[in-house]
Amino acid sequence: MAGTALLGRLTWQIAEVVDVVAETPRVKTIAFDVPGWPGHRAGQHVDIRLTAEDGYQAERSYSIASAPDGERLELTVERLDDGEVSPYLTDELRAGDQIELRGPVGGYFVWEPSQGGPVLLAGGGSGVVPLMAMVRLRAAISGDVEMRLLLSSRGWDDVIYRDELERLNGDSLTVVHALTRSQPPGWTGFARRVDAEMLAEVGPSPAERPHVYVCGPTPFVEVVAEAFVQLGHDPRQVKTERFGPTGG
Amino acid sequence: MDSLMLDGNAVAGLLQEVFAVEMTAAIGTCAGCGASEPVGAVHVYRGAGIVLRCPHCDNLLAKVVKDGTRVWLSFPGLQTLAVAA
Repeated sequence: MAGTALLGRLTWQIAEVVDVVAETPRVKTIAFDVPGWPGHRAGQHVDIRLTAEDGYQAERSYSIASAPDGERLELTVERLDDGEVSPYLTDELRAGDQIELRGPVGGYFVWEPSQGGPVLLAGGGSGVVPLMAMVRLRAAISGDVEMRLLLSSRGWDDVIYRDELERLNGDSLTVVHALTRSQPPGWTGFARRVDAEMLAEVGPSPAERPHVYVCGPTPFVEVVAEAFVQLGHDPRQVKTERFGPTGG
Repeated sequence: MDSLMLDGNAVAGLLQEVFAVEMTAAIGTCAGCGASEPVGAVHVYRGAGIVLRCPHCDNLLAKVVKDGTRVWLSFPGLQTLAVAA
């Protein structure tokens, strides 16, 4: 499957909202029912298109948060205050609403269980979303691939999927948090931005040739991907996905 | 580093719209420095159109402009593009 071309033109289709769940004060997960959804790979995304009454259209890409699960699809969206699309998705959508989407798209920033491990995931803020699809896929197939997730968030209340990650943490999945701006009382974890020293501590070492996935805002990805290469990781083992302020 | 910079993942849908095939895993070779990278890893800048640049030498690889009825593509700095058959 990996590397296989997926033939066929993309077509827009109607998806129906089945659930909206708040993850943090700024982030919501929206679950859709997508008739005929062909399934997806962990790390892929969809394009969403909104059309105003005057015909103006805005398109944005959102990473798929859920592991493949029939015709159910979950997106996790961070509200950008000056965004054209995200405030509508996070504030206005209710169960029963319909929206246009197309996908799945992408084939570079994907993880297949057959690739094996170890796997090292580094996410900044809502950059955790496509990484969570990988974490969930691994859990769904009861995989024993060694996987580590280093997640950088501003504070404990900003950690997306916090409770689920706490539940999944253990055995061969290790979840490590870095809280960059504020830490709860008694916090003993990382309290700074991700750097090379932190990546070396979280591991695995370059000698173990981990598959590395880095996703977050562009400055986060630049710093983290560069640090991985400095530590001696093969650049070709380090896959990156950047999102920017124009994403909203 | 430009915080407005994105990467090839951001144009996966647009490229698949044009080529009718998943393109981010296709391997592009830069005509400037000869480096090969998956399309998903190249640098992308959005303006009036979309510009793809080599992540190693910043060479202009490709431009994509949509005008409502057509998609205009040019590949000034792309030596080859290898797509899974």
